Amino acid sequence: MLNSEQVHKVALLARLQLTETEESQFAQQLSGILDYVELLNELDVDGVAPTTRAIDVSNVVRADRVKLWEGREDLLDCAPDRDGEFYRVPKIGSSEG
Amino acid sequence: MTTAAPTKTEYEAVIGLETHCQLETETKIFCDSSAKFTVDPNVNIDPICLGMPGVLPVLNEKVLEYAVKAGMALNCQIAPYSKFDRKQYFYPDLPKNYQITQSDLPIGEHGWVEIELYDKKSGTSSRKRIGVTRLHMEEDAGKLVHGGGSDNDRIGGSTYSLVDYNRAGVPLIEIVSEPDIRTGQEAAEYAQEIRRIVRYLGVGNGNMQEGSLRCDVNISVRVKGTEKFGTKVEIKNMNSFSAIQRAIDFEIDRQIAANEAGEPIFQETRLWDETAQETRSMRLKEGSSDYRYFPEPDLGPIEVSAAQQEAWKAELPELPRSKRHRYQDDLGLSPYDTRVITDDRATTEYFEAVLAAGAPAKPAANWIMGDIGAYLNANNGMGISELKLTPSGLAELIVLIEDGTISNKIAKDLLPELLENGGSPKAIVEKKGLVQISDPAVIEAAVLEVIAANPNELAQYKGGKTKMLGFFVGQVLKKTGGKADPKLANQIVAQKLNEA
Repeated sequence: MLNSEQVHKVALLARLQLTETEESQFAQQLSGILDYVELLNELDVDGVAPTTRAIDVSNVVRADRVKLWEGREDLLDCAPDRDGEFYRVPKIGSSEG
Repeated sequence: MTTAAPTKTEYEAVIGLETHCQLETETKIFCDSSAKFTVDPNVNIDPICLGMPGVLPVLNEKVLEYAVKAGMALNCQIAPYSKFDRKQYFYPDLPKNYQITQSDLPIGEHGWVEIELYDKKSGTSSRKRIGVTRLHMEEDAGKLVHGGGSDNDRIGGSTYSLVDYNRAGVPLIEIVSEPDIRTGQEAAEYAQEIRRIVRYLGVGNGNMQEGSLRCDVNISVRVKGTEKFGTKVEIKNMNSFSAIQRAIDFEIDRQIAANEAGEPIFQETRLWDETAQETRSMRLKEGSSDYRYFPEPDLGPIEVSAAQQEAWKAELPELPRSKRHRYQDDLGLSPYDTRVITDDRATTEYFEAVLAAGAPAKPAANWIMGDIGAYLNANNGMGISELKLTPSGLAELIVLIEDGTISNKIAKDLLPELLENGGSPKAIVEKKGLVQISDPAVIEAAVLEVIAANPNELAQYKGGKTKMLGFFVGQVLKKTGGKADPKLANQIVAQKLNEA
C-alpha cells in the first residue's frame, strides 16, 4: 500500500502540486494500480530473459546527414516566453540537474 | 607525489572520473539538426531535440559506430544487447524534462586505460592501469545564458535566464572510471589519455575550453591501508588538465584537514574556482534514485553483431599506448621524447613517415620536437600535416647529416627555407654548393690562413688562453661558409695551433 508521503515525493519530483486530500486519494488509486500490476508476479518467469521492450525491432538507425528544419520561427514562437532568438525562462537556482 | 606528507596519519585519496566527450558527427544524436557549434542561438533546433509531443527520435548510425570504436579503444567489452533509458529531472536546459542516456545496459563495460606518468626530475616514467567501469551514449543539454550577465551573476539582479538549444541533443559518450586513481597527476594523465584516444580515433576533438571534453571528479580520502571509502565529494567546472590536477590536490588537502580536525565531510558537489584556486560547495547531492530511470520506449535496442564489431575493429588506428611501448622498446626513444611525439596522431604519422623514408629515430624525433615544433608554434599552432617540408624531405636532410654530406649547422641554416617552401634538401645542397668539406688538405689550408691572419689571438692562445681554440674554429667555419666538417676543423685547428 502506497502512503501519502510516497505520493507527496513522486508529486514533488514530477512538479505536481497536490492538496492533502488529493495525496491520500491518489495514494489509494495508485495502490490499486500497483496491486493490479502485482498480479504479474504470479507468473513463473524463471529462465525467461528480461525484456526491455514490447516490439521486436533493433538497430534502427539513420544516416548522419544534416537536414535544416525550416520552421525555426514557429519553434521559437510556440514557447510561452520568447526573447529575440532565445527562449526566456524564470531564473533557476542550482538545486537540480 | 604525496600531498599528505606532514600529517602523522597517512591518508590516501580514492578518485574516479566521469568524462563526457562530444562526438564529432554532422548531426545530433537523435535528429537531423547540425551538431556543429554555432554562435547564433537556437539555429540548430527542430521538434525532436526540443521534445515536442509526438516526435520520434532515431539513433544516428555514426554515434553508434564512434561509441563502439571508443569502447574498443578503451578495452571495453561491447554489449551484445544495449538500450537507451530516460533520466528524469527538471531544468530549463533540458527541453524534454528527461535526458536520453543509457542506464543498466551501456554499450561498453569492463575496460581499462593505461596511463604513463612522466617524472620530470628523473626523466623516467611509470605505467598504471585505470579501470573503465562503463562507456555509454547520451545526449547533451542546451545552454543557459543568464540574463544581465554571466554565471557569476546568479545572486544579484536579473529574474530570468535565456536558453539556447543548439547543444541540446549533441551526441556525447560518458566514460566512467573505476576509483583506481590516487593523485591529481594520475587524474590529469588519465583525462589526457582519454583525449588522445578520441583524437586518434577521430571521433572527437576533446577540446576542454570549448567543453567538448568535460571531467567530473569523485573524490574521497581514507586512512592508508583501510578498505572503507570516505564520504564522496564531486568536483566540477575544471576546464583544463592542470585545473583537474590542482582541484584534486586542493580537495585532498581540504578533506584531510577536515578529518584531522574531526569535522564532517558532506556528500556534495563542489565547483572549482579557477580565480580563487579552491573548491566551493555548490549543493548537497541528491540520491540517484530520484532520476527515476526507465527504458526509453521510443528507441529500439542496439545489437552490435560480432561481424560488425570485427569490421569496426579493423578500422581502428594504432593507439597511443601501443605506440608508446613500441617507440621506447623498439626505437629506443626516451620516455620524454615518446610522450611528446605520441601526444598527437598527426605527429606520430609524420614521425613514422620520416622513419619509413630512411631516417633513424632519435634525430627524427629531435628535429620534430625542436626546430619543427618551434616553427609550428610560431605559426599559430599550424598542424604538422600542413608542413611544406614533407617527411621524406626531412628524412633526406637527416641522412645528409648522418652520412657527413652536410654539417648539422648547414642543416639548421637550410631549415627555414625548407619549412617555408619545401623541396629536396639534396637538390638545394648541391645547387648552393653546401656539401660539407671533409678533405683535410682543404681545411688545413683554411686553418693556416686563419692563424696567419690573427697573430694577436694566436699570442693569447700561446699565452695559455686555450679558450681561443673556439675562436679559430669559428673563423675556419666562417671562412668555409660553414661547410667545413666541424669535428675535423676542430682537430686540425688544435694541431696547427700547437705547432705554430
